[in-house]
Amino acid sequence: MTMKVSSRQVNGVTVVDMMGRITLGEGSVVLRDTIRDLLGKGEKKILLNLGNVTYIDSSGIGELVSAFTSVRNQGGELKLLNLTKKVHDLLQITKLYTVFDIRDDETAAVGAFK
Amino acid sequence: MTKRVSYTLASTLESVNRAETIAAETAAKAGFSEDDQSNIAMAVREATVNAVLHGNAYDPQKRVLVVYEKTSDALVITIQDEGKGLDPLELPDPLAPENLMKGSGRGIFLIKAFMDEVKFRNTQPGTEITLIKHLGRSAANEEESK
Repeated sequence: MTMKVSSRQVNGVTVVDMMGRITLGEGSVVLRDTIRDLLGKGEKKILLNLGNVTYIDSSGIGELVSAFTSVRNQGGELKLLNLTKKVHDLLQITKLYTVFDIRDDETAAVGAFK
Repeated sequence: MTKRVSYTLASTLESVNRAETIAAETAAKAGFSEDDQSNIAMAVREATVNAVLHGNAYDPQKRVLVVYEKTSDALVITIQDEGKGLDPLELPDPLAPENLMKGSGRGIFLIKAFMDEVKFRNTQPGTEITLIKHLGRSAANEEESK
Protein backbone atom coordinates (compact mmCIF):
# COMPACT_ATOMS: atom_id res chain seq x y z
CA MET A 1 0.00 0.00 0.00
CA THR A 2 1.43 3.35 -1.00
CA MET A 3 1.37 6.48 1.09
CA LYS A 4 -1.57 8.88 0.79
CA VAL A 5 -1.43 12.36 2.30
CA SER A 6 -3.99 15.11 2.72
CA SER A 7 -3.76 18.28 4.75
CA ARG A 8 -6.28 20.61 6.36
CA GLN A 9 -6.18 23.80 8.42
CA VAL A 10 -7.42 23.79 12.01
CA ASN A 11 -7.05 27.05 13.96
CA GLY A 12 -3.81 28.01 12.23
CA VAL A 13 -2.32 24.53 12.45
CA THR A 14 -1.77 22.34 9.39
CA VAL A 15 -3.01 18.86 10.18
CA VAL A 16 -1.45 16.31 7.82
CA ASP A 17 -3.40 13.06 7.62
CA MET A 18 -1.12 10.26 6.47
CA MET A 19 -2.27 6.83 5.36
CA GLY A 20 -0.18 3.80 4.47
CA ARG A 21 3.47 2.91 4.96
CA ILE A 22 6.39 5.27 5.60
CA THR A 23 9.26 3.20 4.23
CA LEU A 24 12.34 3.62 2.07
CA GLY A 25 11.17 4.78 -1.33
CA GLU A 26 7.76 6.28 -1.89
CA GLY A 27 6.50 6.75 1.69
CA SER A 28 9.61 8.53 2.92
CA VAL A 29 9.76 10.68 -0.21
CA VAL A 30 6.11 11.70 0.15
CA LEU A 31 6.71 12.76 3.77
CA ARG A 32 9.82 14.72 2.83
CA ASP A 33 8.08 16.49 -0.08
CA THR A 34 5.02 17.27 2.05
CA ILE A 35 7.09 18.93 4.78
CA ARG A 36 9.16 20.83 2.23
CA ASP A 37 6.03 22.12 0.47
CA LEU A 38 4.40 23.22 3.75
CA LEU A 39 7.54 25.04 4.90
CA GLY A 40 7.80 26.63 1.45
CA LYS A 41 4.30 28.03 1.92
CA GLY A 42 5.20 29.35 5.36
CA GLU A 43 3.11 26.76 7.20
CA LYS A 44 5.26 26.03 10.22
CA LYS A 45 2.77 24.60 12.71
CA ILE A 46 2.44 21.03 11.57
CA LEU A 47 0.54 18.18 13.22
CA LEU A 48 1.29 14.81 11.59
CA ASN A 49 -1.67 12.48 12.08
CA LEU A 50 -0.16 8.96 11.91
CA GLY A 51 -3.35 7.16 12.97
CA ASN A 52 -3.59 5.39 9.62
CA VAL A 53 0.12 4.74 9.18
CA THR A 54 0.28 0.98 9.33
CA TYR A 55 4.01 0.54 9.10
CA ILE A 56 7.22 2.50 9.38
CA ASP A 57 10.81 1.31 8.87
CA SER A 58 14.14 2.80 9.90
CA SER A 59 14.11 5.02 6.82
CA GLY A 60 10.66 6.31 7.82
CA ILE A 61 11.84 6.95 11.37
CA GLY A 62 14.79 8.87 9.94
CA GLU A 63 12.44 10.90 7.76
CA LEU A 64 10.30 11.82 10.80
CA VAL A 65 13.45 12.99 12.61
CA SER A 66 14.52 15.02 9.56
CA ALA A 67 11.04 16.54 9.32
CA PHE A 68 11.14 17.49 13.01
CA THR A 69 14.56 19.10 12.57
CA SER A 70 13.62 20.94 9.35
CA VAL A 71 10.51 22.46 10.91
CA ARG A 72 12.31 23.43 14.11
CA ASN A 73 15.18 25.01 12.14
CA GLN A 74 12.61 27.26 10.43
CA GLY A 75 11.24 28.35 13.77
CA GLY A 76 8.20 26.09 13.60
CA GLU A 77 6.76 23.17 15.52
CA LEU A 78 6.00 19.61 14.47
CA LYS A 79 3.93 17.31 16.63
CA LEU A 80 2.76 13.73 16.15
CA LEU A 81 -0.84 12.56 16.59
CA ASN A 82 -2.49 9.14 17.04
CA LEU A 83 0.46 6.76 16.94
CA THR A 84 -0.37 3.11 16.36
CA LYS A 85 1.11 0.67 18.87
CA LYS A 86 3.75 -0.40 16.36
CA VAL A 87 4.95 3.14 15.67
CA HIS A 88 4.78 3.97 19.37
CA ASP A 89 6.95 0.94 20.20
CA LEU A 90 9.48 1.85 17.50
CA LEU A 91 9.86 5.38 18.86
CA GLN A 92 10.30 3.93 22.36
CA ILE A 93 12.99 1.48 21.22
CA THR A 94 14.89 4.20 19.37
CA LYS A 95 14.60 6.63 22.32
CA LEU A 96 12.78 9.15 20.13
CA TYR A 97 9.54 9.03 22.10
CA THR A 98 10.70 11.85 24.35
CA VAL A 99 12.08 13.90 21.45
CA PHE A 100 8.73 14.29 19.72
CA ASP A 101 5.66 15.94 21.22
CA ILE A 102 3.21 13.06 20.84
CA ARG A 103 -0.53 13.54 21.30
CA ASP A 104 -3.63 11.37 21.08
CA ASP A 105 -6.29 14.09 21.01
CA GLU A 106 -6.42 16.38 17.98
CA THR A 107 -8.14 19.33 19.66
CA ALA A 108 -5.68 19.32 22.55
CA ALA A 109 -2.78 18.88 20.13
CA VAL A 110 -3.86 21.87 18.02
CA GLY A 111 -4.26 23.93 21.19
CA ALA A 112 -0.74 23.05 22.32
CA PHE A 113 0.94 24.90 19.44
CA LYS A 114 2.49 28.21 20.47
CA MET B 1 12.55 -31.33 9.93
CA THR B 2 14.51 -28.54 8.28
CA LYS B 3 12.96 -26.74 5.35
CA ARG B 4 15.09 -24.38 3.30
CA VAL B 5 14.07 -21.99 0.52
CA SER B 6 16.38 -19.55 -1.24
CA TYR B 7 15.78 -16.57 -3.51
CA THR B 8 18.24 -14.70 -5.70
CA LEU B 9 17.01 -11.13 -5.99
CA ALA B 10 17.95 -8.06 -8.02
CA SER B 11 19.33 -5.02 -6.22
CA THR B 12 16.05 -3.10 -6.20
CA LEU B 13 13.46 -1.79 -3.77
CA GLU B 14 10.99 -4.32 -5.21
CA SER B 15 13.31 -7.04 -3.92
CA VAL B 16 13.18 -5.48 -0.46
CA ASN B 17 9.39 -5.64 -0.46
CA ARG B 18 9.46 -9.22 -1.76
CA ALA B 19 11.96 -10.41 0.87
CA GLU B 20 9.82 -8.76 3.57
CA THR B 21 6.59 -10.34 2.33
CA ILE B 22 8.16 -13.81 2.11
CA ALA B 23 9.55 -13.37 5.63
CA ALA B 24 6.11 -12.53 7.02
CA GLU B 25 4.55 -15.54 5.26
CA THR B 26 7.33 -17.88 6.37
CA ALA B 27 7.11 -16.68 9.97
CA ALA B 28 3.34 -17.17 9.96
CA LYS B 29 3.67 -20.71 8.60
CA ALA B 30 6.34 -21.46 11.22
CA GLY B 31 3.87 -20.59 13.98
CA PHE B 32 5.21 -17.27 15.26
CA SER B 33 2.83 -14.79 16.92
CA GLU B 34 1.55 -11.82 14.90
CA ASP B 35 3.94 -9.50 16.74
CA ASP B 36 6.88 -11.79 15.99
CA GLN B 37 5.81 -12.13 12.35
CA SER B 38 5.82 -8.34 12.02
CA ASN B 39 9.18 -8.00 13.79
CA ILE B 40 10.84 -10.73 11.73
CA ALA B 41 9.49 -9.17 8.53
CA MET B 42 10.86 -5.78 9.56
CA ALA B 43 14.27 -7.23 10.43
CA VAL B 44 14.44 -8.91 7.02
CA ARG B 45 13.35 -5.67 5.36
CA GLU B 46 16.10 -3.70 7.12
CA ALA B 47 18.75 -6.30 6.29
CA THR B 48 17.68 -6.42 2.64
CA VAL B 49 17.67 -2.62 2.44
CA ASN B 50 21.26 -2.68 3.70
CA ALA B 51 22.19 -5.31 1.11
CA VAL B 52 20.53 -3.48 -1.80
CA LEU B 53 21.37 0.10 -0.82
CA HIS B 54 24.64 0.00 1.12
CA GLY B 55 26.05 -3.35 -0.05
CA ASN B 56 25.23 -3.60 -3.74
CA ALA B 57 24.48 0.13 -4.16
CA TYR B 58 21.60 -0.71 -6.57
CA ASP B 59 24.16 -2.24 -9.00
CA PRO B 60 22.10 -4.18 -11.58
CA GLN B 61 24.99 -6.63 -12.00
CA LYS B 62 24.89 -7.61 -8.33
CA ARG B 63 22.40 -9.90 -6.63
CA VAL B 64 21.08 -10.43 -3.12
CA LEU B 65 20.73 -14.00 -1.91
CA VAL B 66 18.04 -14.53 0.74
CA VAL B 67 17.68 -17.93 2.40
CA TYR B 68 14.82 -18.85 4.73
CA GLU B 69 15.42 -21.94 6.82
CA LYS B 70 12.94 -23.41 9.28
CA THR B 71 14.60 -25.73 11.78
CA SER B 72 12.94 -27.71 14.57
CA ASP B 73 13.07 -24.73 16.95
CA ALA B 74 13.88 -21.59 14.96
CA LEU B 75 13.59 -19.56 11.80
CA VAL B 76 17.02 -18.76 10.35
CA ILE B 77 17.25 -16.18 7.58
CA THR B 78 20.47 -15.21 5.81
CA ILE B 79 20.83 -12.21 3.50
CA GLN B 80 23.99 -11.96 1.45
CA ASP B 81 25.13 -9.15 -0.83
CA GLU B 82 28.08 -8.65 -3.15
CA GLY B 83 29.17 -5.27 -1.83
CA LYS B 84 32.35 -3.93 -0.26
CA GLY B 85 31.72 -5.52 3.10
CA LEU B 86 30.60 -4.21 6.47
CA ASP B 87 32.33 -4.00 9.83
CA PRO B 88 29.52 -4.20 12.42
CA LEU B 89 31.90 -2.95 15.10
CA GLU B 90 32.26 0.36 13.26
CA LEU B 91 28.56 1.14 13.25
CA PRO B 92 27.68 4.18 15.38
CA ASP B 93 25.27 3.74 18.29
CA PRO B 94 21.97 5.34 17.19
CA LEU B 95 20.98 5.88 20.85
CA ALA B 96 24.06 8.01 21.62
CA PRO B 97 23.06 11.66 22.19
CA GLU B 98 25.15 12.82 19.22
CA ASN B 99 23.38 10.34 16.91
CA LEU B 100 19.82 10.49 18.26
CA MET B 101 18.66 13.14 15.79
CA LYS B 102 20.38 11.69 12.74
CA GLY B 103 18.24 10.78 9.76
CA SER B 104 19.74 7.31 9.30
CA GLY B 105 21.74 4.57 11.03
CA ARG B 106 18.97 2.68 12.87
CA GLY B 107 18.55 -0.38 10.62
CA ILE B 108 20.93 -2.84 12.27
CA PHE B 109 19.92 -1.58 15.70
CA LEU B 110 16.29 -2.51 14.92
CA ILE B 111 17.34 -5.89 13.50
CA LYS B 112 19.14 -6.69 16.77
CA ALA B 113 16.14 -5.49 18.79
CA PHE B 114 13.72 -7.77 16.94
CA MET B 115 15.75 -10.98 16.49
CA ASP B 116 17.18 -13.37 19.09
CA GLU B 117 20.56 -13.71 17.37
CA VAL B 118 22.28 -11.67 14.64
CA LYS B 119 25.57 -12.71 13.06
CA PHE B 120 27.73 -11.05 10.41
CA ARG B 121 30.18 -12.76 8.07
CA ASN B 122 32.48 -11.18 5.51
CA THR B 123 32.04 -13.19 2.32
CA GLN B 124 34.69 -11.32 0.26
CA PRO B 125 33.19 -9.72 -1.61
CA GLY B 126 30.09 -8.92 0.32
CA THR B 127 28.46 -9.38 3.66
CA GLU B 128 26.22 -12.15 4.94
CA ILE B 129 23.94 -11.39 7.84
CA THR B 130 22.19 -14.24 9.65
CA LEU B 131 18.99 -13.54 11.58
CA ILE B 132 17.69 -16.13 14.04
CA LYS B 133 14.36 -16.17 15.86
CA HIS B 134 13.59 -19.07 18.18
CA LEU B 135 10.12 -20.50 18.30
CA GLY B 136 8.38 -20.29 21.64
CA ARG B 137 10.92 -17.99 23.23
CA SER B 138 8.53 -15.03 23.57
CA ALA B 139 5.91 -17.19 25.25
CA ALA B 140 8.54 -18.62 27.61
CA ASN B 141 9.74 -15.13 28.53
CA GLU B 142 6.18 -14.00 29.21
CA GLU B 143 5.66 -17.02 31.44
CA GLU B 144 8.87 -16.31 33.37
CA SER B 145 7.88 -12.70 33.96
CA LYS B 146 4.54 -13.63 35.53
